[in-house]
Amino acid sequence: MTPIAISRFTATTALGAGTAATLDAMRQQRSGLKRAHFLDADLPGWIGVVEGVDEVRLPAGLDAYDCRNNRLAWLGLQQDGLLDAVDSARRRWGATRIALILGTSTSGQLQTELAYRRRAADGSLPADFHYAQTQNTFSLAAFVAQALALRGPSWVVSTACSSSAKVFASASRLLATGLVDAALVGGVDSLCLTTLYGFNSLELLSPDICRPWDVRRHGLSLGEGAAFALLERDCAQPLGWLLGTGESSDGHHMSSPHPQGLGAVEAMRAALADAGLEPAAIDYINLHGTATPNNDSAEDCAVQAVFGSATPCSSTKGATGHTLGAAGAVEAAISLLALRHGLMPAGLNSPTPDPALKTNYLRHNQAAPLRTVLSNSFGFGGSNASLVFGACR
Amino acid sequence: MTPLTFTLRGIGLLGPGLASWAESRDILAGRRTLGAGPTALPAPLRLPSAERRRAGAAIKLALAVADQAVDQAGVDPRALATVFTASSGEGAICHALCDALARPDRLVSPTRFTNSVHNAAAGYWHISMANRAASTSLCALDGGFGAGLLEAATQVAVSGAPVLLVAADTPYPQPLHACRQLPDHFGLALVLAPSGTAGALAAVQLSFDDTTRGLPPTPAAGAALERLRASIPAAAGLTLLEAVARPARESRVLLDCPNGLRLCVDVLMELP
Repeated sequence: MTPIAISRFTATTALGAGTAATLDAMRQQRSGLKRAHFLDADLPGWIGVVEGVDEVRLPAGLDAYDCRNNRLAWLGLQQDGLLDAVDSARRRWGATRIALILGTSTSGQLQTELAYRRRAADGSLPADFHYAQTQNTFSLAAFVAQALALRGPSWVVSTACSSSAKVFASASRLLATGLVDAALVGGVDSLCLTTLYGFNSLELLSPDICRPWDVRRHGLSLGEGAAFALLERDCAQPLGWLLGTGESSDGHHMSSPHPQGLGAVEAMRAALADAGLEPAAIDYINLHGTATPNNDSAEDCAVQAVFGSATPCSSTKGATGHTLGAAGAVEAAISLLALRHGLMPAGLNSPTPDPALKTNYLRHNQAAPLRTVLSNSFGFGGSNASLVFGACR
Repeated sequence: MTPLTFTLRGIGLLGPGLASWAESRDILAGRRTLGAGPTALPAPLRLPSAERRRAGAAIKLALAVADQAVDQAGVDPRALATVFTASSGEGAICHALCDALARPDRLVSPTRFTNSVHNAAAGYWHISMANRAASTSLCALDGGFGAGLLEAATQVAVSGAPVLLVAADTPYPQPLHACRQLPDHFGLALVLAPSGTAGALAAVQLSFDDTTRGLPPTPAAGAALERLRASIPAAAGLTLLEAVARPARESRVLLDCPNGLRLCVDVLMELP
């Protein structure tokens, strides 16, 4: 593909709101995970809660969209000068020529969970429950389009934990075919009981803090996050470049990866081919690395098959938790920070290497000038996406 | 804007009174009226028995129309990229999860949780044939058919390969049904292929701009079909199918997309 300029990007997670807080945590090798409870959930483990979401108020006139997911979206949109950058892009290209493609897995599911607790005697939901603006998967993009006055092609990609990696691919196609000149992409996913109790029912939730690539890993820690990137046909001072995207399916199992990661191999190879790069040209890999025993071993196999065992790699989910449908966009932002600051972030909470995993997993921060980063995102249903970012085109 | 161009190779259709494209062609052409009766969902025979037992209405519906479309297109489904668009996931699962989480013991079924993802139907389709091609599942509420068509058309343009588009909507049970009322199940699948492909049903050009913003989407010609089109997002594609079924050399339909955007779709029956 023709490289696409990234004129602005931002991320808000348990590490803090915006890229400065994120970079600071990366430099200090600090995790945002806490042994905390969410609402009245009675489950063991650690979670990555974004501070201050409850206090966020949506813009005037958009009250019907009020739910945790859209509050988190609005908090994320206000960081790093993103709103000003979108304003400039709208003036330059026109609102119809800017696509809005976002990813989420659970959208405003929490709002529906809470509404079910308030059902009337006849079973009906309360009158203040707004299905289209909160529960529906599209509500995220509907809210952002209204808040930012964007009028171009818009949809939400919802492919579980690859959702907001795949939005980069959809946007790159809209740009490549000349249908738009810019695209706001991103992902937002917020904590809810469905994912907490659901992953627990599958025995994929770690009772301990999540430990990607560690011999003692026992599952994932859930987090929440909002991350966005503004892609433009050209821009004066790009902060980085989208060089390639790759998508594939496992076609194997709904909730377990292919044991040798064959689908993941295809996604990584497709992204490299799209970028016109050989595997040796990738300087650092931001792994999906959820810390479930099967996911990490399958991804280790896949990375080895494509890159061998020398390329430095790490999972940043020990810092942010697994932000599910936001993970692709969150880790795109972390990849761009890595490129801009020459910092390969350590994989946290994983002091004891699993001898069965052979890739070059970073347990300490490593400074090095970086030209290219590949980021992996894999999800339920066997949905895989890999993205290649570059410091220059 | 240079319009996106592609051809239609196969069509799958399942809705109230509509059993398949072949059986519905006379209805879409205005030669026969739409019959009464609810949508009949066939068992998903392509799934292994364990997955077949776990498949709910949304999966059965999506797989049924996908099978019809790839059969007619004569393409190998095992290597075919897919785009699934739906205005919601499996409504019965959403209800069961929220109901379970409102109870003191909060016992969530792992199978229900797994199948609650928006891409469940896509996952089952790809698993059924070990298909490792790319697959996207998207949601754009009432503009979902137009959004899915746009995603599929850009994929064909960039990859130069055929793409299967599956639009499928299923109703929620109560109490969510009161907040989101879809009258029945409706599925529509298309196999899109690059222009110049032999054996195509029609050539299509697709574009959008500000001149059509907010205009009403083209209504279906048949009154009963129009009621379906206006009440189920996936049925928005009925006007496109009418254009293929009716013997006009060229016809134009406007399709709904989110935020007032309208897709301008030109259907050409004489293939260039």
